[in-house]
Amino acid sequence: MNLAWRDVRHQWRRFVATAFGLGLLFAVVLAMGGIYRGMVEDAVLLVDRMEADVWIVQRGTRGPFAERSVVPEALEARARAVPGVSSARTFSTLTIEPVRSGRVLRMSLVGLAWPEDRGASLPLVAGRTLGRGRGEIVVDRSLGLELGERVDLGDERYAVVGIGRGLLSSGGDGLAFLTQQDLGRVERWLAPEAQRAAGDAAPPRRAGTVSAVLVTLAPGADRAAVTRSLAGWSDVSVHTTADERSFLLDGVVDKARRQIGLFRALLAAVSAIVVSLVVFNMTVAKTREIALLKLMGARLHLVVRMILEQALLLTLLAYAVAVAASQVAFPHFPRRVVVGPEELATGLALAVAIAVVASLAAIRRALAIPSTTILAG
Amino acid sequence: MSARPAIEATGLYKIYGQGETAVTALRDVSLTVATGEVAALLGPSGSGKSTLLTTLGLLQSPDRGTVDLAGRRVVTGATIDGDAARIRRERIGFVFQRANLIPFLSAIDNVLVAFEINDRRGREAKDRARELLDYLGLADRAHHMPDELSGGQQQRVAIARALAMAPPLVLADEPTAALDGARSRDVMQLFRRIAHERGAAVVVVTHDHRILDAFDAVHEMEDGELRPHAGAA
Repeated sequence: MNLAWRDVRHQWRRFVATAFGLGLLFAVVLAMGGIYRGMVEDAVLLVDRMEADVWIVQRGTRGPFAERSVVPEALEARARAVPGVSSARTFSTLTIEPVRSGRVLRMSLVGLAWPEDRGASLPLVAGRTLGRGRGEIVVDRSLGLELGERVDLGDERYAVVGIGRGLLSSGGDGLAFLTQQDLGRVERWLAPEAQRAAGDAAPPRRAGTVSAVLVTLAPGADRAAVTRSLAGWSDVSVHTTADERSFLLDGVVDKARRQIGLFRALLAAVSAIVVSLVVFNMTVAKTREIALLKLMGARLHLVVRMILEQALLLTLLAYAVAVAASQVAFPHFPRRVVVGPEELATGLALAVAIAVVASLAAIRRALAIPSTTILAG
Repeated sequence: MSARPAIEATGLYKIYGQGETAVTALRDVSLTVATGEVAALLGPSGSGKSTLLTTLGLLQSPDRGTVDLAGRRVVTGATIDGDAARIRRERIGFVFQRANLIPFLSAIDNVLVAFEINDRRGREAKDRARELLDYLGLADRAHHMPDELSGGQQQRVAIARALAMAPPLVLADEPTAALDGARSRDVMQLFRRIAHERGAAVVVVTHDHRILDAFDAVHEMEDGELRPHAGAA
C-alpha cells in the first residue's frame, strides 16, 4: 500500500492545483536556462554558419562581432594566393531598422560573396537561395516577412526569395542575407538618421571595403602555418573560428549570460523554498496520521518514504507542467529560448534534488511528532 | 479468572518533575489482566490513568517496576526491554476516544495498515482484514471512506485495526466517550466478544459509569494509586 499515492488521490484537486502553480515557477526556471542557452547559441550562430576556418579582420581588432572592423575587399584575392588556402570570401554585416507597415523592423544584413556563395548553407523553410546578384534577400522567419514580399532597404527594393530558421545575430535580431554588392549599396545609401536609429553611429565603410575576409583551408593544410602566414601581413589580424566564438562568449554576451545564470540560480533557490514550504505544510496537515502510525509501531522509514514520495510526486508533476508550458509558451518569446534534451535532463535532476532537499525539514518535523499526540483527544 | 495473565504490571512508579513541583503519577501500581478479561480503569482527570495506559502500551517507561506482556518481560525499571515499536506493532492493539482513522484510506485499507506496518501484504492480509470487518458487522462498508461512516462504524473499524495482528493486549482510551448510550453498549459488547472469543485482554480507560457492568474487573486510580473500584461486584 502506497500511503503517499493514496493521500494524493484522496485530495487530487488540491494536489494538482499546487503542482500547477509550482510548474509555472519551474517553467520560469526552465525559461531562464533556455534564454541563457539561446543567447549563447544565437551569439555563435552566425560565426558557425559562415563555416570558415580563419577570419581576417582589421589590424588590432577582434573581428566584426566584437567591434568595428574594416578591411579592403582586395584582401580576398591576396588570401586566395596563400598556400594552403582553399577559398576566401568577403564578409560584412550591418544592423538596420527599416519601417514596414508602420512598424520598425530591426534586422542584421549579412553580405554573401556572390556568385560563389548563394546561401546554400542556410537552413531554408521556404523559397530558395539567392538566384540573382542584385535585389534579392533571404531572411529569418522571425522577421515576419513573407515570401515574395518586397522590402525597402536604402533606396532600392529587395524581394524576399527565401525564408530560413535559426538565422539570428548575436543580439537576437533576425538576419537577412543578400549579396555583398547589395549590402555595400545599402550601406552607402543608408541615411545617417537611420544609422543612428540602428545604434551604429560609425560612418559607412568606404566603397571597396568589407568587415572581414573568411578563409577556408585546403584539405590537409597546416592551419597553424597558414594562420602564421596570414598574420604576417601588417594591416590585418587573424583569428580562428574558435577565437571568434570565444570573443563573443567571453566578451559580448558574457555579462548578460552571467546575469541570467545568477537569476536562474536564484529562481531555483526560490523554487526549493516554495516546494519545502508546501511539503512541510502537507506533512503538518498529517500530524495525527503520522502520530498514529508511530504509536502503532510503524518503522520510521514508512513515514519518511511517505513524505519523500509525496515530495517527488509533487515536483515531478510540477516539472511535467513546466515542460508542457515551455512547449506551448516559449516559441512565442521574442528571443529564442532553447530547451533541448540536455536542459530537460538537467531540469529533471534539479527538480528531483529540490524534492529531496525540500523533504528534509518535513521529515525532521515528522520524526519529532510524539506518538502520544494521538491520545490528546 | 484462572486464565494466564496477558499483562502483568508490578510495582510501577512514575514521577514527573523534580523537587517541590514533582508529581507522582504512578505510586506502586500493580495490575494483572488475564487473557479473555475486560478490565476498566476509572478515575478523575490527573489520577494517573493515562500514565498507566501509556506505560502498559510501552509509549513511555516507568521510573521503577516491571511489566510482563504475554509471559515476556517488556519493562524492567526505567528500561523497555527490546524494540518498543516492534512490541507495539506485533502485540498491542490501541483504540482511542476518536476513531483516528486515516482519512485518505477506505475502511478496509485502514485495517490493512496494521498488516502493512508488520510487512504482511497480499491476499492473506486482505482476507484477514475482510474477515475482521465482517466479524465487526462492517462487511458492506469495507470500501467506504471514513467520512462516509457513522461515528460508531468508524470506531468499529478502529477496533478491527487494533485486532489485526491478533494481539494479546488491547488498550482502549475512552473508546465510548464520543458515542451515545446505545452505541457505547455496542462497543463494550464488542470488547467482551473480542476478549472471550479471541483471547485478548482488554484494558479500557473510561469515565463512563453507564458501561461498568460490561467489565470483568474495575480498577480505580486516585492520586497515582490503583485500587479496586468501590462499587465493584
